[in-house]
Amino acid sequence: MKALRHVASDRLLPQARIAGPMPWVIAIMIALTVIAAGAGLGLRNLTQSARNEIAGGITVQIVEGRPAERERQVQAALSLLDELDGVAEVRRVPDEELKALLEPWLGPQAASAEDALPVPAIIDVKLAGSVTEKQLKDLRATIVSSAPSARVDAQARWLQPVFDAAASLQWLAVGLIVLLAGTSAAAVWLAARSALGSNHETIEIVHLLGGTDAQIARIFQRSVAFDAALGGLAGLALGLAAVLLLGKQFAALGSGMVAGGGLGPVDWAVLALIPVIGLALAILTARLTVLAVLRQIL
Amino acid sequence: MSAGEGSIVQFDNVGLRYGTEREVLSDIAFTLYPGSFYFLTGASGAGKTSLLKLLYLAQRPSRGVIRMFGTDVITVPRNRLPEFRRRIGVVFQDFRLVPDLSAFDNVALPLRVSGVPENEIRKPVADMLQWVGLEQRADARPASLSGGEQQRVAIARAVIARPEILVADEPTGNVDPEMAVKLLRLFEALNRLGTTVVVATHDVHLLKKVPDSLIMRLDRGRLSDPTGALRYPPRRETVGQ
Ligand SMILES: Nc1ncnc2c1ncn2[C@@H]1O[C@H](COP(=O)(O)OP(=O)(O)OP(=O)(O)O)[C@@H](O)[C@H]1O
Ligand SMILES: [Mg+2]
Repeated sequence: MKALRHVASDRLLPQARIAGPMPWVIAIMIALTVIAAGAGLGLRNLTQSARNEIAGGITVQIVEGRPAERERQVQAALSLLDELDGVAEVRRVPDEELKALLEPWLGPQAASAEDALPVPAIIDVKLAGSVTEKQLKDLRATIVSSAPSARVDAQARWLQPVFDAAASLQWLAVGLIVLLAGTSAAAVWLAARSALGSNHETIEIVHLLGGTDAQIARIFQRSVAFDAALGGLAGLALGLAAVLLLGKQFAALGSGMVAGGGLGPVDWAVLALIPVIGLALAILTARLTVLAVLRQIL
Repeated sequence: MSAGEGSIVQFDNVGLRYGTEREVLSDIAFTLYPGSFYFLTGASGAGKTSLLKLLYLAQRPSRGVIRMFGTDVITVPRNRLPEFRRRIGVVFQDFRLVPDLSAFDNVALPLRVSGVPENEIRKPVADMLQWVGLEQRADARPASLSGGEQQRVAIARAVIARPEILVADEPTGNVDPEMAVKLLRLFEALNRLGTTVVVATHDVHLLKKVPDSLIMRLDRGRLSDPTGALRYPPRRETVGQ
């Protein structure tokens, strides 16, 4: 019986058609929100994975002009590090690798010439946890005591400016999303208002024939929901296409760090949720607007 | 016996003003009895439509008391008004058909609002459209109907749910005299089934067409009672007292 009643009230009015430009306005707003959210999430993942990668990372440089002394200090530092607690991994960066790294800057001759430039020896150290300021201090004191030319730095420190920039970008994305969400809400509100405006007469007639506020609100929720769903889906498709394309291009850069900026299943779900939130907002707006109109006409 | 006992509508000391202007209706007091047929007459601008608006609960009076179906409809909570409106059929002076709906769906509207199942709607609506001579135009939108056809759709919609009160505002203003009489017969048929009918018109010829009718006359917002119907209960109600 209740179901039949539902059917009957749903048939009060014909299904709404696309109401002018509103679905498209909604589509564009949703697309922009999806893109901003996708970029923000990608950036967050990127900094997160980069941070994890270098969180426990420490670099020990032995800056010493005399090769023999340099080698002695390297061995001293290595044996010290091997015995230390909390050290997960120690790796001396081979000289060939260093030369290869320097070649682009110094040229092949300079890099291969035996004593052309004193290239520092580099030891990569990975701690079990992330590096604290105190650990770094203790480690520095220990190493310098037997290898006086050693410089000990946390890797995260070098990248701090990059992280700071990434954090600012993330806040920018959040700000953009808030602005876009506000504008989307306004677009949805306008859509609901315009749907109502052109149907003001119908609302009044159904009202005078004994339609309840809930019945009338339902009619307009349905038509606005239709518009918003249409616009939302189009916007989602557009936004996802843009996010996927951007992701592909970043992946093509091949950098290990950027590859960490991909979106996970949860992130995709968050993006897919955006039009759903838009839809809920549209329905709520339509309902409140209809009820407000009805309150005015007794 | 208190005044208005057994009545379906009772107005007492009712006044109406729109905004801050002068009163459009003043000191309106009358009682309608179930099953009676009333004409409301008066010059253009006398306040007929305004009085009917009070009667079909589209407007609150600025003063006075209105009781309908034994309930004070002025103080009743707003969310109970729809249940009263469903017991009243209305032919609006300007028809007020839903432009997006076919003639059929317009006539079906009161049934659907009341939650009548779809399979109990088709036949009565088709019959009603036949009664008003529009069975061929069932699928037409109001915009493609003539004024008289729209009026007949409006009338069909007003009577389809067999309301307890039928309120009709100039229901024959746009049809030829022959159709006017036919529509009046529809009202009388409904009246015989127990519906209280109130027809506003300034067509004095119409009044004579319904022998048992009672006449209320509005004159610049005040009610006069040429047949005494409002001062004395109508015959049908006095029988057996
Ligand atoms: N919504 C309104 N706002 C202000 N004044 C109104 C409104 N509706 C009606 N009036 C005024 O109230 C008076 C009575 O109007 P009403 O429509 O009740 O007359 P009527 O008897 O139905 O006239 P007609 O025979 O022409 O339909 C008129 O002076 C009219 O101008
Ligand atoms: Mg009028």
